[in-house]
Amino acid sequence: MTRFWLIKFARTVLTLWFVVTFAFVVLRTSGDPVVALLGADAMPDEIEHFRELWGLDQPLFVQYLSYIGQMATGQFGVSLRDSRPVMDIILERLPATVQLGLAAFALAALVGIPAGILAALRRGGWLDRAIMALAVFGFALPNFFLGILLILLFSLTWQILPSSGSGTFRHLIMPAVTLATFTAGTLARFTRSAMLEVLERPYMRAAAAKGVPAWKRVLLHALPNAAIPIVTVIGLNLGQLVAGAIVVETVFAWPGIGRLLVIAVSQRDLAVVQGLVLVIAVTMVLANLMVDLLYGVLDPRIREAAR
Amino acid sequence: MTGSLLQIDNLSVPLPKGADRPFAVQDLSLTLNRSEILCIVGETGSGKSLTALAAMGLLPKNLPRATGRIAFEGTDLLQIPEAERMHLSGRRLAMVFQEPIASLNPVYRVGDQVAEVIGLHSDLSAAQIRQRVLDLFTEVRLPDPQALMRAYPHQLSGGQCQRVMIATALAMDPALLIADEPTTALDVTTQAQILQLMLDLRRQHGTGILFITHDFGVVAEIADRVAVMRHGQLVEIGPAAQILRDPQADYTRQLIAAVPRLDPRPPGRSFGAAVLAATGLTKTYHTRTLFGASRRVEALSKVDISLRRGETLGLVGESGSGKSTLAQCVIRLVQPDKGDVVIDGGTFTGLRGRALREARRRVQIVFQDPYTALDPRQPIGRAVAEGPLIHGLPRAEAWARALDLIAAVGLDPASAKRFPHEFSGGQRQRVCIARALAVRPDLLIADESVSALDVSVQLQVLELLAEMQQQFQFGMLFITHDLRVASRICDRIAVMRRGRIVEEQATQTLFADPKDPYTRDLLAAVPGRDWRDGPRHKEPADG
Repeated sequence: MTRFWLIKFARTVLTLWFVVTFAFVVLRTSGDPVVALLGADAMPDEIEHFRELWGLDQPLFVQYLSYIGQMATGQFGVSLRDSRPVMDIILERLPATVQLGLAAFALAALVGIPAGILAALRRGGWLDRAIMALAVFGFALPNFFLGILLILLFSLTWQILPSSGSGTFRHLIMPAVTLATFTAGTLARFTRSAMLEVLERPYMRAAAAKGVPAWKRVLLHALPNAAIPIVTVIGLNLGQLVAGAIVVETVFAWPGIGRLLVIAVSQRDLAVVQGLVLVIAVTMVLANLMVDLLYGVLDPRIREAAR
Repeated sequence: MTGSLLQIDNLSVPLPKGADRPFAVQDLSLTLNRSEILCIVGETGSGKSLTALAAMGLLPKNLPRATGRIAFEGTDLLQIPEAERMHLSGRRLAMVFQEPIASLNPVYRVGDQVAEVIGLHSDLSAAQIRQRVLDLFTEVRLPDPQALMRAYPHQLSGGQCQRVMIATALAMDPALLIADEPTTALDVTTQAQILQLMLDLRRQHGTGILFITHDFGVVAEIADRVAVMRHGQLVEIGPAAQILRDPQADYTRQLIAAVPRLDPRPPGRSFGAAVLAATGLTKTYHTRTLFGASRRVEALSKVDISLRRGETLGLVGESGSGKSTLAQCVIRLVQPDKGDVVIDGGTFTGLRGRALREARRRVQIVFQDPYTALDPRQPIGRAVAEGPLIHGLPRAEAWARALDLIAAVGLDPASAKRFPHEFSGGQRQRVCIARALAVRPDLLIADESVSALDVSVQLQVLELLAEMQQQFQFGMLFITHDLRVASRICDRIAVMRRGRIVEEQATQTLFADPKDPYTRDLLAAVPGRDWRDGPRHKEPADG
């Protein structure tokens, strides 16, 4: 048990270190942040002063070491733009994104999984084909396009939903639907194939021979066994959800960290971008850790191997 | 109440259009009485399993609707709606399947899986259900029922899983038990215990049992009456004694003649030079027990074997005895921890790279499952010619050799361009044998090579192997769990248990005078061994 978790922990730290380093290298080698911040026509001594102030005149390696040191001790610096602590800026935006992400995720799961199960049970029938066609549509449609389409229909044409901003449940509907569509389509497809495989297993026949009613066979016997591939897909799709949030928050002017990231990158606000990258990386790592934990809960064989 | 428990009238199960015949089961009529064990016997494709599935309402959904009547306790099982069917299944009629481990849901504890059926069909409280499960586990003689109830299927052996399945089937004391090849996947000693368990159940509960099998040995052990099926039709039905001793139909006679018997090969054949000498082979695996403690498993422990040209050594044992590990060590698919393998006078153990490849040519293997052992996209001629080509034979010569061998194993050389799926299981195994022999090996390993085949085909493949050995004079390591099969083809037999050879004897000596108690157990467990030697001692069929 401990060995298993030690390895997991070491991997987590390694992943985070890798992400943080990658972000550092890319940001420092893709243009001068001071020039981007102050504008191309800033005075040379002004630029020099700014560099010294932020330590950007130090050799890259020294900058890297002090940056890693700060990250490791939980200091994420202050914004280059308005000098507020980075974590304050991120934390004030985070709840909006979490709200949007959870809503989209719940919607995707509630639509995608039952749709996949239904398609598997009606394999080859018209319902199966209709669901699969919708699923393909769902994950083939770019979400900036879907977002704009929804705004056009519900805000401009019918005027029943607000086109941007946050605050009320009505504000949440369109961004959440837009963000959920891709994940729902993916989930429906994977749930279908996982269910199809499980439904063929001998224990499903044995359950019927015991007199277990059809709905119980599906929910209690097939679904727990199909859950492992489904959970895997959910884990992988959290990344998509974060990526999608960046686009969707921009389209709907949703005040979350996705939009913050776009703004910070365009302004080359290094400290904020690095902080955001770390927050997103931690989220992903935690999500994958939870998926690993869930495997153990779902399958006694994996639980045993982890011991 | 008298009369029949299950009455099947004119049952037909149609096959979809485009199948090789219109019906899987055609116009089948038979009856099963209370407290009776009726065996349905047949080879692959006889429709025996589909008959069972039809009675349970479990026919594959892609098949057209079955016609006829299956009357059980006054209802026609083919006509009842799903809800009524679920009310009957598991309560009045129950089924046990061929693959016990796969038939249990891997994510639930086995105790809960038995409890489920009781919960569905009774109003007992949780505590009462628990007690009932405990009683059932005791009745089917599972060791340590308290602990096993909390185990998951993967932690149990095949035999234990089958006992759990039987406990599930018995939970509601059904009137009818349908058992579809319930012992086929199990070891002989386990099989003997499960068959005994079925006989006990019939006696104590008066359960009628429809027992599907391909094995006449099993039939001889438990059947009151026997129905023989072929190509979906009933060939013959009658009392077990009559069918077994005086079959009327030609097909039944053929089937019975093909049943492998304990028929030890006489000694006195002459052999050539030594081809294999393995000494002190040891292999240890590390696994975990049911409750998580680390455990060392000695798959092989200081095993010595030797073999000469033209000789066949049988390795007989139950699952986990180490017989397959031994074969894999000989062919270096598994690296032994200790010990040496000498093939044709040259050490095999230390070889690498080119020398190892060259040495591998001398050892060939024929696997158990001919369906997965051939590349489905490779014509069989190419499969046979591939080995000689790799080992440097010119193309024309390799092809000529392949055609010769295809003819030698009894297939038409003109079929060399056909693909594996165009052949039956027995024919595919012939291709596998031709493929193994194409590189002129000095040692042939047959790993359960006839176990997956129907008895009539099994006999032919055994004869083919003997004939090929006569012709090419290779040494053969014949691995099997079936003593009857081993007796016919082996010159010597080594009985393995827990990684050791417990006894090694010339075949005739081993059967006439087994020294080790385990060998005696194995011999005693061979199903149907008394059947030809005198009257059977079987309990009467009255409940």
